[in-house]
Amino acid sequence: MTDNSTIWEVFIQSKNGLAHKHAGNVHADDKEMALQNARDLYTRRNEGSCIWVVKSEHIVSSESEDGEAFFDPSNDKMYRHPTFYSMPDGSKHI
Amino acid sequence: MNELIFQERIDSERKIEPKDWMPDDYRKHLIRQISQHAHSEVIGMQPEGNWISRAPSLRAKMILLAKVQDEAGHGLYLYSACETLGISREELVNQLHQEKAKYSSIFNYPTLSWADMGAIGWLVDGAAIVNQVSLQRTSYGPYSRGMIKICKEESFHQRQGYEIMAEMAKGTSEQKEMAQDALNRFWWPSIMMFGPHDADSPRTGNAMKWKIKRQTNDELRQSFIDKTVHQAEIIGLTIPDPELKWNEERGHYDFGEMNWDEFWNVVNGNGPCNKQRLDHHKKAHEEGRWVREAAKSYAQKQLKK
Repeated sequence: MTDNSTIWEVFIQSKNGLAHKHAGNVHADDKEMALQNARDLYTRRNEGSCIWVVKSEHIVSSESEDGEAFFDPSNDKMYRHPTFYSMPDGSKHI
Repeated sequence: MNELIFQERIDSERKIEPKDWMPDDYRKHLIRQISQHAHSEVIGMQPEGNWISRAPSLRAKMILLAKVQDEAGHGLYLYSACETLGISREELVNQLHQEKAKYSSIFNYPTLSWADMGAIGWLVDGAAIVNQVSLQRTSYGPYSRGMIKICKEESFHQRQGYEIMAEMAKGTSEQKEMAQDALNRFWWPSIMMFGPHDADSPRTGNAMKWKIKRQTNDELRQSFIDKTVHQAEIIGLTIPDPELKWNEERGHYDFGEMNWDEFWNVVNGNGPCNKQRLDHHKKAHEEGRWVREAAKSYAQKQLKK
């Protein structure tokens, strides 16, 4: 690992069955080293059952909240939520 | 215009993220503060590392090793947060070596006895926790998330230190004397960790306006002192400040004035261990160079296969 080594983003699955969650990043020159560094840095207290590492440069991100109206299309579709619908009085289990 | 939107965002308690627009001075202030914080974690490994090979029991040794490893981890969380502001790890380390970036002056004091491991955990980590709990609410997202992670891990540090002090304070008279001596030496430098009085701290204004800092130096210091006095009483040690006294009206402890000449003297490089700490960091960095180069070269060879 030289001083300008690659940065890898670290995702940790805290328990079998759960989704991997972003934990932070590490510097490393190759994938094995990235995994080992991630283990040493982010799971010193049994925080994980599985780790993903991915080079930061491969992450594609949308603009932040002040950016273009990327999420606009979902704003006016309230009928996608169950609370949109009115149910007959007394109906259960629905 | 940008500045107005930015301030509005800060005022409504929304976090600033790396890709958001921010004033140059906000960025500069953060780089200075976060890098100083990162360097402190890393340099802070030295005074404690000094006692790993001489820990009085296997239990104490394992705990100290884990603690020093945590400090390295905390340094890395903070370097990561700092890098999101557009400065490289290499540049951050260079700034430390060229003495353009500082670290907490507390680590320029020597650790003379095992009791100092107690005093550092109890007082130095205790003071750091008060600061870091407050910084969990800092306005910069990556810094805030780093602080949350650090605070979760840090409380074991303070408890292990306090345990050492409590054990020694109820030991032989020599042991109790060592504990009291450690408290005497570390008390004043610990409460000076919060920095100069608000009136003498020129950068506090912007830092508060931008919510980089959420409480002032004096507020944090008072909070630490109020918590610690009782802890000292319980284990039968005396805080070395004759002016320390509960003030009913304020609902806080009054305390004596700190020696600011000493503070600035150490900040400016003339403390007992400044040179030793920095020289050691440079040496370790140089001696690790071949490992970094070998790792890089190995990675390149793997790619060619």
